[in-house]
Amino acid sequence: MSEPLWKRLPAGSVLLEPGSAAKFKTGSWRALRPRWIKENCIQCLFCWIFCPDMAIKINKEEGKREDFDYEYCKGCGICALECPGRKGNKAIVMEKEGK
Amino acid sequence: MEKIQAVTGNHAVAEALRQVNPDVCAAYPITPQTDMMQRFASFVSDGKVDTEMILVESEHSAMSACIGAAAAGGRVATATSSQGLALMWEMLFIASGNRLPIVMPVVNRALSAPLNIHGDHSDAMGARDSGWIQLWSENAQEAYDNTIQAFRIGEHLDIRLPVMICLDGFIVSHSIERVEFLEDEVVRKFVGEYKPVNPLLDIDHPKSYGPLILPDQYHDYKKAQHEVMKKVNRVVLEVAEEFEKISGRRYGLFEEYRLDDAEIAIVILNSAAGTTKDVIDQYRNKGVKAGLLKPRVFRPFPYEEVAQALSNVKAIAVLDRADSFGGYGPLFAEISCAVMSMDHRPLMINRIYGLGGRDYLPEQAEGVLNELIEIAETGKINIRKEYIGLRE
Repeated sequence: MSEPLWKRLPAGSVLLEPGSAAKFKTGSWRALRPRWIKENCIQCLFCWIFCPDMAIKINKEEGKREDFDYEYCKGCGICALECPGRKGNKAIVMEKEGK
Repeated sequence: MEKIQAVTGNHAVAEALRQVNPDVCAAYPITPQTDMMQRFASFVSDGKVDTEMILVESEHSAMSACIGAAAAGGRVATATSSQGLALMWEMLFIASGNRLPIVMPVVNRALSAPLNIHGDHSDAMGARDSGWIQLWSENAQEAYDNTIQAFRIGEHLDIRLPVMICLDGFIVSHSIERVEFLEDEVVRKFVGEYKPVNPLLDIDHPKSYGPLILPDQYHDYKKAQHEVMKKVNRVVLEVAEEFEKISGRRYGLFEEYRLDDAEIAIVILNSAAGTTKDVIDQYRNKGVKAGLLKPRVFRPFPYEEVAQALSNVKAIAVLDRADSFGGYGPLFAEISCAVMSMDHRPLMINRIYGLGGRDYLPEQAEGVLNELIEIAETGKINIRKEYIGLRE
C-alpha cells in the first residue's frame, strides 16, 4: 500500500508549482454557456480582461480572441455583460447549457 | 552575567522580543497588552531592533499582516488581549493552517459583555481550537522564558506552527516582580538565525499560499495538522532542556508542586497557582497531603503525562478562570479527558474563580482544599461545578 495522502501533502497547503491553476478545470460548474458571434466582435478584448478564469483563448500573434475554452468557463456571464458588441449587437450571448 | 531587575510582566516580555529582534511586528494596542507593544515600538524608534513595525487599524489586520509577513519569509511577532484576540479569530486558523510560526504573547483578559479590562482566561480559551500552540505562564519570569522558547518551538522544522504565550492581565502584566534576564547575545544565539520555509519573497521559485482545498484533500490536510501537533511536546521538552543550560531554569509540559505523595490536588493555570502553592504549604504543615499541577502546555495538551502525574491522587479540584456556559470549565474538560484513561479514576470537581479580575484569595484555595479533604474521606461529591469567590 502506498503512503496515505496526508503524509504526501505539502505543509500548510503551499502550492510549489507555478501556474498550476491550469490544472483546475471549472467548466463542469456551468449552467449557462456563452456563444461567440464572430461577426459582431470588434476585438476590444473586454471579455478577456473581465473573465475571472481563462476561458477566452487569445491568438498571441494576431492579438485577437478566438472561441471560448469551455474547460475553464463556469458560465458566469460577465463577458456577455461587458461585451459592447457592434452597433448594439452583442458578440457574446448566454444560452442554456445542453440546448 | 544575567541581569536581575524589578519589572512588570509586559516589560519582561517586551525585553524578550527586543532580544529576539524579529523581522516584522504588526500590532494594535489593547489593554492590558498596550504597554508591552508600546515598549516594543520604542525599541523600533530608538533603533534597538531592526524590526519592521506595522501599525495597523485593527487586530484582524494585525494578524493578517503577520500572516503575510511570515509567508513572505520573515520571523514575526505580535501581541494582543481579549477583544483583540477575538477579532483575530478567523485569521488565527489561517496562520496555523498555513503553518506559519508567528509568536504572540496574549495578556489574558475577560471578554465583553459586560465590558471588563481585567484578567481572566476567556480570551485564550476561546482560541483553544485554532491550531496554535499555547504556553501558559505563572509570572513575569515564566512569560519572559516562554516567549524566548516559543520562537524555537514554533520555528522548529518539524513543527512550523504559531505559538501563544499566555500571561495574566494586570496581575502579571502590570505588577512589578523580580526577573532574571539573559544576555542579549545568549538569547540571539539560542533562537538562532531564522530559516524561512517556502518564502514568497524567493521570487525565483514562485509559489501560492492559501489555495482552495475541497473535500478531496481538506480532511487529509487536517489530519496532517493533527499529526504535527502530536510532535510538539517532544520539541517543547528538547527546547526546555537547552534553555535550562543557558538559564538554569527548568521547564516541562507542566509543573508539579508537592504532588508526589499527594492525596488531594488542585489543577490551576497561571498566576493563581502561586497563591495556591502558599496555601498548599500551610496544609502540608498541618499534615494534609495536598499538591498542585499547573499546566504549561495547554495545546497540545499532554494527556498521558498529566494522567501519570495525577495517578495516585484521590480527589482533584480543577480551578478554571474561564467558563463554558452550559458546560464545564475548559481546563476541567481537559483533565477529565486525561483521567479517563486511568484504572482508578480520582473524584473530580470544577470550581470557577476570578472572572473579570475578581481577586483569587487564599481563603478560596482553603475552601477548595477543605472540600477535597471531605470528598477524599467520604467519596461523595455534592456539586460537580460551582463558582467560588462570589459576593454576599
